[in-house]
Order: sequence, then C-alpha cells, then structure tokens
Amino acid sequence: MYSEKVMEHFQNPRNVGEIENASGVGTVGNAKCGDIMRIYLDIDENRIIRDVKFKTFGCGAAVATSSMATELVKGKTIEEAMKVTNRAVMEALDGLPPVKVHCSLLAEEAIHAALWDYAEKHGIKIEGLEKPKSDIHEGEEEEEEEY
Amino acid sequence: MDRLIYLDNAATTKTAPEVVEAMLPYFTENYGNPSSVYGFAAKNKEAVYMQREAIADILGVEAKEIYFTAGGSEADNWALKAAAESYASKGNHIITTKIEHHAILHTAEYLEKRGFEVTYLDVDEDGVVKLEELKAAIRPTTILISVMFANNEIGTIQPIKEIGKIAKEHGILFHTDAVQAFGQIPISADDCHIDMLSASGHKLNGPKGIGFLYIRTGVKIRSFIHGGAQERKRRAGTENVPGIIGMGTAALRAVETMEERAKEETKLRDYLIKRVMEEIPYTKLNGHPVKRLPNNANFSFRFVEGESLLIMLDMKGICASSGSACTSGSLDPSHVLLAIGLPHEIAHGSLRLTLGGETTREEIDYTVDCLKEIVKNLREMSPLYEDFLKKQGA
Repeated sequence: MYSEKVMEHFQNPRNVGEIENASGVGTVGNAKCGDIMRIYLDIDENRIIRDVKFKTFGCGAAVATSSMATELVKGKTIEEAMKVTNRAVMEALDGLPPVKVHCSLLAEEAIHAALWDYAEKHGIKIEGLEKPKSDIHEGEEEEEEEY
Repeated sequence: MDRLIYLDNAATTKTAPEVVEAMLPYFTENYGNPSSVYGFAAKNKEAVYMQREAIADILGVEAKEIYFTAGGSEADNWALKAAAESYASKGNHIITTKIEHHAILHTAEYLEKRGFEVTYLDVDEDGVVKLEELKAAIRPTTILISVMFANNEIGTIQPIKEIGKIAKEHGILFHTDAVQAFGQIPISADDCHIDMLSASGHKLNGPKGIGFLYIRTGVKIRSFIHGGAQERKRRAGTENVPGIIGMGTAALRAVETMEERAKEETKLRDYLIKRVMEEIPYTKLNGHPVKRLPNNANFSFRFVEGESLLIMLDMKGICASSGSACTSGSLDPSHVLLAIGLPHEIAHGSLRLTLGGETTREEIDYTVDCLKEIVKNLREMSPLYEDFLKKQGA
C-alpha cells in the first residue's frame, strides 16, 4: 500500500521530538479523524529554520509526511519553507495512496501553523501565510476516561 | 522476517489440511453436477446431503432446514431482505443492533430506503444488548429481530436465548448472524428460539466462499438467487460441492475439538489480556470480560493510532487488525467501538488479536513483548501523550 520511501520514513522518522522555547509551534488535525501533527521550529535572526522537530498521532502516512516535511524545511529560509507544499512532500515520498493525500495537506498546514505562531510572537508578516484553519480542539469534547 | 504469527483468526482462518484433503477429490475426480441423473454425478448429491445433515445435527435442526450459500454475507442479505419482503404485509419494522456486521447494517439501510423502519439498539459498555430496550422497541408492526450471536470485533457474546424468547413471545421472526460463533461456542437453534441463522466456512478452518443460512420450517421466505431447483428451490446455482464438503468437514472438526480448543484458547487469551493490561499503561480491554469468544482480545491503547500499530506489528511478523478509521477506508473509527462509548481518539487506537487452535504461549509472549515496545515508541511520538504528560505534571 505504501511506497518504500513512506515505509522507510515511518520506520525511521527524522526529527521526532520537541524544541524547548521554540520560535514557533503549530498543531493541526483532529483526534476525531485520527491525525494530529505538531511542528516545532527554531528560527534564527536571519529567518533561517535552524532546527525543526515534530510529534504526530496518526497512521503510517501521517508519520511519514511529518518526517519528510521537517526534512524539507530544515535549514531553509522562511520564504523557502513557505514553498514546501503538500505536493512537494508527496513527491519526495514517491507518492501516497489516494485516501492518504490529506496527511500531506496536514503536514503543510502544520508547518504553516508553526510559522504563523512565529510571526505572531515576533510581530512580523510572512508573505502568503494565512491564519491556520485547523485546530485540534475544534469539535473535540473534553472527555477524561479512567483506565 | 521469517516468522509469521497469525493473530487475526476473526478475519479468516487457515483451511485445515484434513479439510483440504476431503475437498480435493471433488475437484478432480467427483466433479459431477449433483443434479445430473447418471450415477457418477448422483453420488455427489448424496455427499452434499451428508454435509447438510452433519451441520443440521450440530444446530439440532433438520437437514432440509440448512441452505448453502456463498458465505456469511449472502446469508445475512438473504435473511433480512427476503424476510422483510415476505412479511411486509404484517408490518414494516425491523429491530437490530448498532454493533452488527456491515452485512446486516448495510442491508438494513438498504431496506430503510425501501420503506422499512429499522431500530438500531444500543449496547452497554461491554457491548451487550439491553433486553429492556429490546422489549421497549417492539411494535405491533415488528416483523424481524436480528441480533448477532457474538461480535466480530470485541467478541462479546449476546444473550441470544433471552432475545429468542422475547421474539417468540411476541411472535416475531428471529435471525442471528452467527458467523463468529458457529463452531466456536455451542449453539442450539431450539433452545435459543432461532428462526434463521447465518454462518460461514472460512471462520472455522474451512474454505472461503461457502456458508449457509438455517431457515426453520414454516418460515416463509422467498428465494434469493433465482434459477434452478437447487437448495429446495430457494437458492439456485449448481452446488459448490467442494466448498460444501469443506464446510461440513470443517464444522464437524470444529465441534469435535470445541471443548478442548475453547479451554486452551480461553487460557491463552486470559494470559494475553493479563499481560497487556498489567504491562502497558493507559490501556482498556474492549468487550465483555467474561462473556466473550474464547479467542478474542480487543484493546485500546490511548495516545496511539491503530494503523501505525498494525504496520509496526507487521514488521515484527505479527498479523492483527484494528478498528481505526485508517484501516476501514472511512474517516470514522469502528462503529462497534463507538457504540460501546469509546471517544473517537481512543477508538482509533484499538487493536484486535484473535487466536487460533495453533497459537502458542510463546507466540503470545513474543507479541506482548513487541507490543510493549511499539506502543512505547508510538507514544513518544504522540502529541496527545505529550499533552497528557504536561497536564499530569502541571
């Protein structure tokens, strides 16, 4: 079902983790649908993404697209990172099954959400960046279960 | 990865060697059409009858009440559609449950589009139908009650005897989808007041593509496949002779080994459940703790998504299944897990392990060891787990 590249990134995901005092953090997706991605960005004074980390709750494709998206933006300028589209992530992974295309969209949105957070914190405007529409708390009920 | 640990016996089973052996001559030597007149073929009619009788004996019914089909889904479709049509003059209301197999649920939806009214009963948190709710749902127009014998995902066994009694008291036809139960646990059609029962061959080490519908004498339901006079004119098409031989052989084998197998499987299943629940935190056992199929264990691991889990297990040579949306081809997780009240994100992290007669303790140990590691790794990657830990720490 998945390409070798997807399987490889799923088995050995790059850049898993958190960044303390990150320049920007973005979380997208919805637990209800089974996918949540969180991206941490460390951006230096030259607007270069010095480091990037991710955490993902989701299927194999969700993990692989997160991993690939972090690889594609690492070391890039904000403007270059803005050009990393879901299509680019998919191509870099040698494609995704049609039902998993939304995972690559989520990866793009997660990067954008983290950049938005950075822009807001620093009071700057990033060309072409819109306020992220997905929110993990959207439509989610607060349910604490005892196990 | 050389090793293969097959823990998905609710999906399908390995055809037993003796079953294959019994079937083989009916492909190559005894290939005659049972409807033909000459002796060479006519003996196949006898062979088919013998299997019909063997299966009837298991259920405590008569051979002429067993109708072979191409599987469990066909039997379910037949039972619901034909009963609805045949009894439409009596009423248009059908009662079933929210946890049925899609062969029932989608058929019920089809009937709803054609003017029938369907009540989908809730179940309790263990997946058991509430008898009071069933009684309350009965209307003067109710013509059919269909409740599965045991659930395919969470393994919960329904109070079929009590449900059958309620149906009988109200003069309502009672059908049960026994695809997961037949050959696994004892079933008596009379004791449970069952009017129709669906079963399948490949769930009990028989071949795929064969099943049957039991229809009690007196239940007037029409033919589903029209054509020749096979199956007492109720199910046309040349008999799948090798399949029928396989189904009968497998059913007999399943019943003969049932007691011993159930004992062994229950022991292993409980060992599996104990280890998982003790060694993997934030885990829930889905389904009834005791009233469940001997071979079924179903867990939800919080903060983890099911498909990821399955791929990781596959890489360790372990075959399992999940109620995650990603494995169902839709955005929603399993309707069964939602019906027992699991929130979406927890339903997404479910895992079903179904043992077989060949499963060993060593395999269970290996599986739990792998599972512990995999769940730990996936949680470390999960933003939900990160949030949970932060909340705990705060």
